[in-house]
Amino acid sequence: MSNEKITITVNGKRYDKEVEPRRLLSDFIRDDLRLTGTHVGCEHGVCGSCTVLMNGKSVRSCLTFAVMADGAEIMTIEGLGTAENMHPLQKGFWEKHGLQCGFCTPGMLMTAVELLKEKPRPSVDEIREALSGNLCRCTGYQTIVESIQRGAEIMQGGK
Amino acid sequence: MKPAPFRYVRARSVDDAVAALARDPEAKLLAGGQSLIAMMNVRAVKPETLVDINALSALDYIKVKDGGIAIGAMTRHETVKSSPLVAEHCPLLAEAYHWIAHRAVRNRGTYGGNLCHADPASENPAVALVTGATMVLKSAKGERTVAADDFFKGVYQTAARHDELLIEVRIPSRPKGQGWGFMEVSPRKGDFAMTAVVCTLELAGATVKTARVAYAGIADRAMRFAPVEAALTGKPANEATFAAAGAAARKAINPSSDFHADEAMRRDLAETLTRRVLAAAKARCT
Ligand SMILES: Cc1cc2nc3c(=O)[nH]c(=O)nc-3n(C[C@H](O)[C@H](O)[C@H](O)COP(=O)(O)OP(=O)(O)OC[C@H]3O[C@@H](n4cnc5c(N)ncnc54)[C@H](O)[C@@H]3O)c2cc1C
Ligand code: FES
Ligand code: FES
Repeated sequence: MSNEKITITVNGKRYDKEVEPRRLLSDFIRDDLRLTGTHVGCEHGVCGSCTVLMNGKSVRSCLTFAVMADGAEIMTIEGLGTAENMHPLQKGFWEKHGLQCGFCTPGMLMTAVELLKEKPRPSVDEIREALSGNLCRCTGYQTIVESIQRGAEIMQGGK
Repeated sequence: MKPAPFRYVRARSVDDAVAALARDPEAKLLAGGQSLIAMMNVRAVKPETLVDINALSALDYIKVKDGGIAIGAMTRHETVKSSPLVAEHCPLLAEAYHWIAHRAVRNRGTYGGNLCHADPASENPAVALVTGATMVLKSAKGERTVAADDFFKGVYQTAARHDELLIEVRIPSRPKGQGWGFMEVSPRKGDFAMTAVVCTLELAGATVKTARVAYAGIADRAMRFAPVEAALTGKPANEATFAAAGAAARKAINPSSDFHADEAMRRDLAETLTRRVLAAAKARCT
């Protein structure tokens, strides 16, 4: 069960590491890179809280081995924005109360980033469809939908 | 919730992959991982060796071939879902994809991995049954084809031998005038079906010429039932006939109960969805 050498770029920074093949990408990100913004809820693909972008596309990091991401570009919530310089979607979530405990939020945001890249002005139905794989036990989803609409508006140059 | 250790082999080509399978009887293929890794995380399976076939981009294609479409086994769900060729030649498959998994799962999960996983509640096996799909399997010994009707054997069981790789799925194009229908009830859109019913329907005037109806979520695998199709063939294509087919479905199936739906509910769903899916198909017989 020998270790594998991998090279992964996360949020623009290149990492050369050795991992056990069974290392999940979620654990690689959280434990090896100490980027704990990516949350782990169910660890079997159901909740969506571990969603990151791999080569620009949303993936469940708990259903991906780190070795499968060798050579890939990963973007996590830490790559989206900072407290001082928030991404429009983060501003939307802030303004519209899109989170309560915040556990699901990184996954919601990464999912929404992909959605807005493809559909800059999504309908409510399109937003709900895009979020179908992400569970939130706090908000009841309504404010998350509104937050994404607001984020889209800000991205379009709205105030 | 962590997988057991395993040996990791990255296949660079189809030949590489089948050689690795031939070498190691304990080896398992890793495609999108969207079913396999979930099962490994909960240690429902502990493969000793994983042969990762994600580098086999040669198996990522959708093309027109011999009166139908051919889909490479490593084509991601999302590619199939958004394919204009699939929409044109196999609208039933395109429709089914509105119900299959969620975006992040579809970005990684593969069409071939989905069929080989053979979850009893999975939609694609049922679609493969009614569209008359053919699986192309390859091993170090050579290639063979298996009809969808002979491919699904039970819970997570298919006709693919341990040393075989599914490389391609061939689906005949929808014949002109053939109607089709897909309906599903699931706990959350994108989850596995509590019950799904799919069909194709061809008419001769006002009479049913041929009908194929398949079910997911009601047995150990996707299934067609002879009494359901017999209730349709040669009969007038009307509500009474479709209701008779629904009643036949209620009797023919032998579903189990789980926390999503009990047996009685699955029988109700099978009956009602059969009737509705046939009516929807009739409206598309143009
Ligand atoms: C939250 C969630 C919701 C989902 N909802 C649905 C749904 O509604 N409907 C549905 O059908 N599925 C659903 N899935 C499962 C999903 O479709 C998987 O992608 C699919 O079942 C497996 O495909 P994969 O490429 O990920 O295969 P893997 O998980 O990598 O492999 C699955 C199995 O197939 C074998 N295998 C893979 N490729 C081949 C090949 N080419 N030849 C031979 N054997 C092979 C593997 O060895 C393994 O045993 C869902 C999954 C999740 C996590
Ligand atoms: S932790 Fe990955 S989907 Fe729940
Ligand atoms: S805000 Fe608590 S789970 Fe969504």
